[in-house]
Amino acid sequence: MVFDLNTIWFMLVGALLTGYAILDGFDLGVGALHLFTKQDVERRLFINAIGPVWDGNEVWLVTGGGALFAAFPEVYATAFSGFYMAMILILFALIFRAVAIEFRSKQPMHWWRQMWDVSFSAGSIVSSLLIGLALGNIALGIPLAGDHEFAGSFLGLLNPYALLVGLTTVALFMMHGAIYLVLKTEGDLHNNLRRWVNNAIIFFIICYAATTAATLLYVPHMVETIKQAPWLFVLPLLNALAIANIPREIHHGHDMKAFLSSCASIAALLTLFGIGMYPDLIFSSPNPTNSLTIYSAASSAKTLEIMLIIAAMGVPLVLAYTASIYWIFRGKVKLDSSSY
Amino acid sequence: MDLLTLSRIQFGLTIGFHYIFPPLSVGLGLLLVFMEGLYLKTKNPLYHQMTRFWVKVFGLIFVLGVATGIVMEFQFGTNWSTYSRYVGDVFGSALAAEGIFAFFLESGFLAILLFGWDKVSRRMHFLATILVCAGAHFSAVWIVVANSWQQTPAGYHLVGQAPNIRAEIVDFWQLVFNPSSIDRIWHVYMGAWQAGAFFVLSVSAFYILRKKHIDFAKASIKIALLVAAAASVLQLVSGHSSAVGAAENQPAKMAAFEAHYNTEPADLYLFGWVNNDQEKVQFGVRLPGMLSFLIYGNSQKPVTGLKEFKPEDRPPVNIIFQSYHAMVAIGVGLILLAWLGLFLWWRNRLFSLRWLLWVFVFSVIGPQLANQLGWLSAEVGRQPWIVYNLLRTSDGLSRVVTSGQVLTSIILFSLIYLLLLILFIYLLNDKIQHGPAAEDLDTARHRA
Repeated sequence: MVFDLNTIWFMLVGALLTGYAILDGFDLGVGALHLFTKQDVERRLFINAIGPVWDGNEVWLVTGGGALFAAFPEVYATAFSGFYMAMILILFALIFRAVAIEFRSKQPMHWWRQMWDVSFSAGSIVSSLLIGLALGNIALGIPLAGDHEFAGSFLGLLNPYALLVGLTTVALFMMHGAIYLVLKTEGDLHNNLRRWVNNAIIFFIICYAATTAATLLYVPHMVETIKQAPWLFVLPLLNALAIANIPREIHHGHDMKAFLSSCASIAALLTLFGIGMYPDLIFSSPNPTNSLTIYSAASSAKTLEIMLIIAAMGVPLVLAYTASIYWIFRGKVKLDSSSY
Repeated sequence: MDLLTLSRIQFGLTIGFHYIFPPLSVGLGLLLVFMEGLYLKTKNPLYHQMTRFWVKVFGLIFVLGVATGIVMEFQFGTNWSTYSRYVGDVFGSALAAEGIFAFFLESGFLAILLFGWDKVSRRMHFLATILVCAGAHFSAVWIVVANSWQQTPAGYHLVGQAPNIRAEIVDFWQLVFNPSSIDRIWHVYMGAWQAGAFFVLSVSAFYILRKKHIDFAKASIKIALLVAAAASVLQLVSGHSSAVGAAENQPAKMAAFEAHYNTEPADLYLFGWVNNDQEKVQFGVRLPGMLSFLIYGNSQKPVTGLKEFKPEDRPPVNIIFQSYHAMVAIGVGLILLAWLGLFLWWRNRLFSLRWLLWVFVFSVIGPQLANQLGWLSAEVGRQPWIVYNLLRTSDGLSRVVTSGQVLTSIILFSLIYLLLLILFIYLLNDKIQHGPAAEDLDTARHRA
């Protein structure tokens, strides 16, 4: 590994997408859990728990996409055109989920609210699933031609491994969302949600174990780096500890610590993914020589430098805004006249 | 239909629908700063009520802008991937800057604007309003910079061999301040301020006609009318400056605006119908030499005509001519309307002329149409180039996407956007019918 501009941008795009997974992950997870509660007031609490922040969370995806476009245009172009129908479906899922949050509270009719509840939940599940599906395919490898163009089909993207990664992503976000809701609610709902967390953890651990086994068996190139640098085994170990720590903290009523553990496990998972991929950005199978790497897919050094300056100015601002918004809206969610 | 036509239809459809919302957020964002600023200065609860009402409307508009905007970012990659490979080095940094400098600011502080009334002090809330307004304005900067680079590329060099040539940045500031970016940013801003101001004007005039929320409506109209009058005049200035720039940098586009075929002193048409086969304007009324005068200050100076360009390098003339002239006509109409309103306000007759109030109610359509038509003439005027004189639109397509896939996505987008438009109008109407909340006049209930 050489610590050059391309590597820095690999890490920065990774950091943006990790920020997205941690932040939008919990509001996608809240969406995935939304239909499990039936009462209107509880559903309103769910939505208002994420109300002030979901939109800012989604900006991490928009900015991550922009950074990918700028730093690695070949990846952006190949993945977005190659995964055409999947991308269009993600867009529809994100659109329905966004407008559902805003529209739901605007009318009191039962059918109206039910319609937007279903949109919100389905949109959240479908976008999580498709994000995971895309990651799974990028890791497993997709057929790439010599000119970097995608040479496969939409149905080829729906392979068992990628679907498993998709399902694991949904499970991860559900667990993360459930913990967030525990943090934001009180009373009976809070106590019920604590049980949900345990079920969500079990669901996630099953998916995670299956994905790990499948990766070891069918995607050996993803574990090559770790095999060569055994000290990196610390990461999966830390990840396992972070996940195991969640039920412990929930049991002791340390909800914030449980949530931070969940954030840490997401960060560890994506770091593992990044280590497995490096220096590839999209793995080409069956012709690994056609893989898009951080060198073959990158913009010029000049652009990477300019963007590094932009990031150095912008990222501290973004972290400051994000921290202040979360600080202002800290504590249990309460419904008032400006709520959804 | 072929892939090129379908991909262009999809881009036009999705950007046209998206562009209903951002100008309203930019313009309404500015008005919110005035409204809340007036409340902090005067402590008149009317301005508090006004801010609360328009903030809710802003929230509805904003979410549709976000939901339809993410489509635009994805679409460069899904449908125009060859173009993305070509411009990524240049275009990408503008998009990334937009995300990091504008979108985070806007979405972050929107939370305080919408939900922070009882959580932060009034001054902090006002600061959030200013930051949301600034974020909306910043986001327009970067996207217009990127688009202007497609119109007037600068600060780049070309590397690689066909068909894998791409543009790389040489000078970032030349990219940002490319020849058309400043003019076009102002043109977009003024169009957005008009959109916001005439929107508030329209809703308020409706209340006066219905004899509801009279105090609220009168105070809103005054703020909106001042912004509308200023923005409409400034729009004329920025439009003129933009057109002079187009004549210099994109002569084929300028020639298409006025269907000017021969390189000779050029006339300005008030209206007409272009017969492209005979290369002339029919049924037209024109001011002789006026275009030369507007561009060069000299009615005798020749303006480059379309015949200087090979037929395959010319944009389609009539659609550009019509949309450009309609935009200008609407722009002039908006100036007259806003200044008539100011005059009657001065004469104390503004709120008694019912016909004028009805014109105000429908005036909301004016800036919306003019914004759409303006973009139509600007973007169709760039054809057949996706990057002016460098890359043809037909060479920018995704190579692996089929026309069947694009047709499918067009049908789905059309259905979903139609649904969203109906819901938007329904919910907006519902909000307007409910009007401002009476309890918002009682500011003692809220944190000081």
